[in-house]
Formats: sequence, C-alpha cells, structure tokens
Amino acid sequence: MSRRSRLSLRDLFSEALSGLLQRPGRSMLTMLGTVLGIGSFVAILGLTSTAAGQIDKRFTELAATEVRVEDVGADRVSHEMSFPMDAHDRVMAIDGVVTAGLLWPLPLRNPTMSAVPGMGASDEGLSLHAADPGALEAAGPVVASGRLYDAFHEGRAERVAVVGAAVARRLGIQRLESQPAIFLNGTPFTVIGIVSDLRRLPDLLLSVIIPTATALALYGPPIEHPATMLIETRLGAARVVADQVSIALRPDAPNRLKATAPPDPRSLRGNIAGDLNALFLLLASISLVIGAIGIANTTFVSVLERTAEIGIRRSLGARPRHIAAQFLSESAILGTLGGVIGSALGVIAVVAVAVLKSWTAVLDPATTLAAPLAGTIVGVAAGLYPGLRAARIEPIEALRQ
Amino acid sequence: MTVVVKCAGVGRTYPGPPPVDALQPADLTINRGEYVSIVGPSGSGKSTLLNIIGLIDRPTSGHYILDGVDVASLKEADRTALRGQRIGFVFQSFHLLPHRTAVENVALAQLYVGPKARQRFLNAAEALAKVGLSHRAFKMPNTLSGGERQRVAIARALVNQPALLLCDEPTGNLDSATSSMILDILDQMHADGYTIVIITHAPDVAERADRIITVRDGVLHV
Repeated sequence: MSRRSRLSLRDLFSEALSGLLQRPGRSMLTMLGTVLGIGSFVAILGLTSTAAGQIDKRFTELAATEVRVEDVGADRVSHEMSFPMDAHDRVMAIDGVVTAGLLWPLPLRNPTMSAVPGMGASDEGLSLHAADPGALEAAGPVVASGRLYDAFHEGRAERVAVVGAAVARRLGIQRLESQPAIFLNGTPFTVIGIVSDLRRLPDLLLSVIIPTATALALYGPPIEHPATMLIETRLGAARVVADQVSIALRPDAPNRLKATAPPDPRSLRGNIAGDLNALFLLLASISLVIGAIGIANTTFVSVLERTAEIGIRRSLGARPRHIAAQFLSESAILGTLGGVIGSALGVIAVVAVAVLKSWTAVLDPATTLAAPLAGTIVGVAAGLYPGLRAARIEPIEALRQ
Repeated sequence: MTVVVKCAGVGRTYPGPPPVDALQPADLTINRGEYVSIVGPSGSGKSTLLNIIGLIDRPTSGHYILDGVDVASLKEADRTALRGQRIGFVFQSFHLLPHRTAVENVALAQLYVGPKARQRFLNAAEALAKVGLSHRAFKMPNTLSGGERQRVAIARALVNQPALLLCDEPTGNLDSATSSMILDILDQMHADGYTIVIITHAPDVAERADRIITVRDGVLHV
C-alpha cells in the first residue's frame, strides 16, 4: 500500500512563492488594491489619532498649567476685595507656581475711549481691564511691538497701557515710537505695547489693559466685577497649587476665595472628528474590498491558465486539497505582502505629515500591527473560491490538449 | 513473473444521453518488465484505456489490479498516492512547468511523495543523468529543444522508480531523428527492467515494443 500524498508547509510555501514569482509584474499589480486599502486604513487611523493628539496636547498643556482663583467674598460694605495687597508675593511662595497675578474688568460704565483728547464715544466692542504684570505674563502674551509693563510701572501706578492688536488698529495706533496715548474718559494712558495673542486670556485681546495699581488709584477696588487671580504653574503642579492657594492668600478667611484646578486631561481626549473618521474608513473598506476582488480575479485567471500544471501535479500525486492549498497560499501571500507594504506606506504617510506639521505622530499599535494580518485575511478570503475551483479540476480534463 | 497490470472485464461507458461505450469490457495482463505498445486510430478508445491504467479515470465495469492493489476498492486519496508513486507519465506535449528549471521540473515528481527538498534535488539530478541531460539541468524548458524537453519529462516519470511507465504519444511532437533518440532511451529503460506501456499512431514506434495491442472501436485485440 502506498503512503498517502502529503505536502509539508515549507514546500507549500515555496511552491506558492515560486507560483507568484513566475509572474512578478502581475503579482505586484494584484497586490496594489490591498496595498491601497490597508495603506489608507493605517494612514487614516494614524492621521486622525495624530491630529487628535495634537489638539489634545495643546489644549491640555495650557489648561493643565493654569489655576484660577475667583474672589467670591468681595465685600460691598467694607469695599475691599478678598485678595490681600501682597497676593502676588504670597502666591509666588507656593512651590510649583511659575507666575501669577490679579486681573479684573475696570468698574467703568460706558467709558469713552479715544486716541485723541476730548473726542471719542463709548466703544461697544472694546473693554477695559486691569492686570498686574504677573497676570499679564501668566496670560501667555505674544508681544507684536513695544513691551509689557512691569513691576516698575506697577509700583509707581504709571498710566501706561497694553492693548491687543485689534484694539490698536481700531484706535488708529500704528507705531509706538511716538508714544501714542489713549484717553479713557479723558484720562491719558501711554500705550507701550501691542500684543498679538494672549493664549490664556484670548477675550482680553479686545481690551485695553492697565496696571492694577493704576486702576486701584483711579477707579477703586473691584467689587461688582470681582478680581481673578491667574496662576501659571509647572506641568503637573496645578492641582497641588489649587489646593493650597486659598489658604496661602487668606489664611484668616480661605473661603472668600475659590480656586479652580484644571480638569483631568484624560477626560478631554477623544471623539474629535469622529464622523469624518467613519467616512474615510468606509472609503478605505471599499478599497479593501476592491483589493480582495482584484486578488480573487487574478487568482481565478491564474487557475484557468495553469490548468495543465494542475493536471501535472494531480498526475504526480497531488490531492485536490494540495491544489487548493497552493492557490490559497498564493493569494494569502499576496494579501499579506499587500498588507505589509500598505501598512508601511500608511505609517510613512502619517510620519511624513507629522514631520511637515511638526506634530508628534501617534499610531495605535493595535491597528498598525493588525493591518498586515487584515491583508492576510483579505488574501485568504479572495483565494477561497479560486482555490476550490482549482481543486475540482479533474486531471483527465486538465491533461487533455 | 510478477503481474503489474491486470484488467478483468474492464470497460468504460460515458453516461449519455446517449451513453457511449468508449471501451468494451476487456481483459489485459502486463507483466513486470514488459514493453507493450497500444495502437489504434484516434477515437478508438486507447486513451481511455491509458487513463484507466494510469488511474486518471475509473472503469465503469470490471476489476483493475495495479501492482497487486485492487484499485476499485481504494479511496480517492489512496488512488492519488498510488498514481503519484507507482506510475510515471510521459505526455505528447511534455507538460513541463514553464517557469521552473529542468531539475526543478523533475524534482516536482517527488514533492507530494515525501523526500526533503535536498533529497528531491539529488534524486532529480540522478534521473536527469540517466537521460543524459545533466548539462542542461538548470535550463528553463523554453530554452530546451523538443527532444530535451521530452527527456526531462522522462526523467520526471522515472524519478519515483514507478512500477509502470505510461507514455502517451511520446514522439508525437518530435521529428524522426529526435523520436529515435527518445525511443532509444525507452529501450534503455526497458533493458533496466522498467515496465513500459506506450500509446502511438506510428507503426515504426509500435514495433519497438515486445507486444502490440490494437484498439479498434473500443474493442481490445490482444
């Protein structure tokens, strides 16, 4: 009795491989669909997670280092704000604080604002704020021209102002060399700086900002619109600082102040552009299906072309399952190669975009490493029908010519 | 004397409509070491006979015993194994794989039989040496002449040392000089003790065999 025919995995693999290599051009073209499908999958997932990572990172970097302290006990009777006069020094003594300062909207009703004395009507769009140099620094300013005021101006209650770029345009201030003045209800202030951005206080960009000492001397303490303390902390210190700051400022009455710590960064992550994501993934799936059809088609054509080979193999003792396994392996190898190349191209695309945008590439290992496997699955699925068809070819028909 | 092929009332009817009796029930015995030729016009049923003897087709009647094994009782997998290991095929159109070298084509005959790749290669090289083609071992079939291709095919048929060498018009695509060389090789194999069955149209080819069997209208004339 003869031993039944067999085919080792190694031999199967090398037969399948030489089957593919005998038509390398066609194999490459066949792979293309899978390459595109898997590649766009990896690229889309990688790009969205990278983009989401950047948005989250910028958001949390600012938010995670920011503590705000509200004055919730401003006393209308004694006309005092809850912050002590040495608030700045007390806060700066807390470990982890980078800069800190007070700010409040000025208690002026319908102020007139003008770059020319005697003229000017109240301007609805613009507002007035007092901020000490610490608050100005903590706001994350980007100075477009001139300078910010400092402890010197604050100490002498100088009448100086820093304005947002839009305010400067509206007031007709272009150059600071001539030391332009603006008049608030007729009081002149020298504009010494124009800021193009205040990253933590973007709403103050439409504002004229003056030192707090000047504001106290001219308009009194903030009662109706209480003061806020803006604290910039070192990364990771915000929650600890928030716990301590009320007691550090007012050990006698800590509950007159309310410190707000940043939210937990982890709760901020997620669902950015989720809908767009789904649409792109649908497109990638379609391209993957087209890739699978391409492999199935080519494998099927190759089965028809190689009928004589199938006949020879059957006459040499190959069982139908060996024939099926060979064609299935060929399509599985095509799918896997397509998956590997596609994943590589997808990763390259993500990294290239990240480099161009100066982002940190974020790739989920679960999807990136699984992508070549998805290619294998596509290949096996595509080879199933042609493989079974090949197995059903009878040697008697295959050898007849 | 050992019997390699024993057919008892073996016939083949292709189901209709209408049914065609390609081969009338016939008896045939071929002993080990015999060199038998089967002749007959096309459509006479000689290919059907060859397919049955070669385990490519199943008879619809009778018993067929190949090398002591009753084939009718075998499962398909065992028939396939028997075909791969006990029968060597040589075809009119060679049927070599176009993208494999000569030695790879010969080694393919043992792919499903069992030896490891290295042993397959050595066996294939040895078989190529037997047909005098060692110097062409690494050539692709399309760079070989027709005679060389058929010698590769003979080497492939011999590499498993089959009980039976089945040749279907082995010289049908060759000129007379090349034909004669191929027939010389078959004579050599016969002298080495191989059992050979050859199907042919050509009387001069048939006459080189020990015994001539004629098939006409599906009837065997032993």
